[in-house]
Amino acid sequence: MKRVAIIGGAYTKFGKRVDVTFTELAWEAIKEAMEDAGISQEDIEFASIASFEHWSSESSPAASILEYAGLNPVEAFKVESACSSGSAAVKAAYMAIASGEAKIAIAIGIEKMFEMTTPDVVEMLGRIGNYFWEFQNFGPSFVGYYALYATAYMNRYGATEDDLGKVAVKNHYYASFNPKAQFPRKITLEDHKKSPYIAYPLRLLDCSPITDGAAAVVLASEDVARKFTDSPVWIRAIAGATASSNLSRREDFLSIPSARIAAERAYRKAKIDLDKPYKQIDVAEVHDCFTIAEILAYEDLRFAERGNGFKLIRDEQTYIGGRIPVNLSGGLKAKGHPIGATGISMFVEIRDQLLQRVESSRQAPINNGIALAHNVGGTGHYVFVSVLSLEKW
Amino acid sequence: MEKDILPIFPDKTGALIWKDIREFKLKYNIPLGKISRFFEGLKEGVIYATKCKRCGKIYFPPQADCPYCRTSDVEWIKLSGEGKLLTFSIINVKPTTFSHYQDYAIGICELKEGVRIFTWIRTNEPNKLKVGMKIKIKVVKREPEGYLIYEGFPEE
Repeated sequence: MKRVAIIGGAYTKFGKRVDVTFTELAWEAIKEAMEDAGISQEDIEFASIASFEHWSSESSPAASILEYAGLNPVEAFKVESACSSGSAAVKAAYMAIASGEAKIAIAIGIEKMFEMTTPDVVEMLGRIGNYFWEFQNFGPSFVGYYALYATAYMNRYGATEDDLGKVAVKNHYYASFNPKAQFPRKITLEDHKKSPYIAYPLRLLDCSPITDGAAAVVLASEDVARKFTDSPVWIRAIAGATASSNLSRREDFLSIPSARIAAERAYRKAKIDLDKPYKQIDVAEVHDCFTIAEILAYEDLRFAERGNGFKLIRDEQTYIGGRIPVNLSGGLKAKGHPIGATGISMFVEIRDQLLQRVESSRQAPINNGIALAHNVGGTGHYVFVSVLSLEKW
Repeated sequence: MEKDILPIFPDKTGALIWKDIREFKLKYNIPLGKISRFFEGLKEGVIYATKCKRCGKIYFPPQADCPYCRTSDVEWIKLSGEGKLLTFSIINVKPTTFSHYQDYAIGICELKEGVRIFTWIRTNEPNKLKVGMKIKIKVVKREPEGYLIYEGFPEE
């Protein structure tokens, strides 16, 4: 197995990108990532494309993107694992290099959700659960699925709507320093409290938005990485796990079982202490599609004991200076959540954090040179936990 | 832009948008022959699950195969419909194809038999929904479509 480094990465401005077409948006990210890596199209031997795609008109997005980006005849395909499609694409590119099949590969993620109306996007997201037994007759929105987790969690552990709101306040605070975020502005707990319910107990300001955006990372084999950069960032682990399609078949609604398993697999592979992983990890991007999801992530990633995740945010332990800074990009909540691009943008973010090149107001202190990304597809139908490191361990 | 010559319209921000010429309906034909007993049950007012004859595992949603025993030797068992509410939500912002309903409560109930059911919880007082409350699952006619489906009803 070859070790794999990230040598370039970028994500576009997230938001309502009606100024560009699907392929133009993808190219923005691809061009910047290639320039960051110092490579040209001829260097790329494999490309994986992540896109959920149902809201936009290009129904074979990989083909359109590859042509526009001048990447034909590179070997490529689309991967899909709902909201974790981006991490799945990085994993595909990682495997191409680790296996020795390719020296340089690119993972590209894109979503253009504003080509559809909001109710239609709500429809398509709702269908990410089990279509026949859940959606067909009972019409859960995707917010509704996570609201089921929120109700159960709050009932069991005594977390409050204010605790959820504090996650949104933090993530908007950091988004205010990230010009690429969809909502680069602060909110207050009062704003959260006043925002309407979308699916009780989750309010508008508990939810990530509908987003257009693209992201790309260039991966290289240890054989060639240093030809292109003096500061490769190594993928120490990218570990996945899955859980039932039907939510009713989960053991409980207090934790995402696949996230716990993916975290354990990633920590073992990356040699991270399973008891107190936050002591080694400098900074994390976690999948806060809804505020409750960030609290579940604290527990599933072992940043807090089961049932204590909400206390971390209550005590501001996931701000810079706390136990472990989380979502300094603004997270899905405020940076935006262009489904297929989200996971890849997390890799871009934590690489930039490790290289200490993000805006100073949202730069975590880098002591151990280790950062983590947690990317959930569906309600844990798929989960990837990835660990990056400055050192080739 | 000349709207009668090209389907191009500026949006609120002035960005130029091509309004798709092609429109089509999405409606799937879903085969269910292997689990048709379940739908016969709905006509009798009964909710069925399948049970693997080899390992005894009960499946809801019902499935024709037990993957663990690699057998299709399953029997149909009647569910009591008696259970408790494990969690719930109220859907305020609805998907397109559910926009004609009033806000509805979804929930997951655990039945006496140990299986869980994802369903609507019918109530005129959503504020009184509580985790742990008793729920009876019944077969009802869903209006305005007029088809049979199971839904949960609080018993307190």
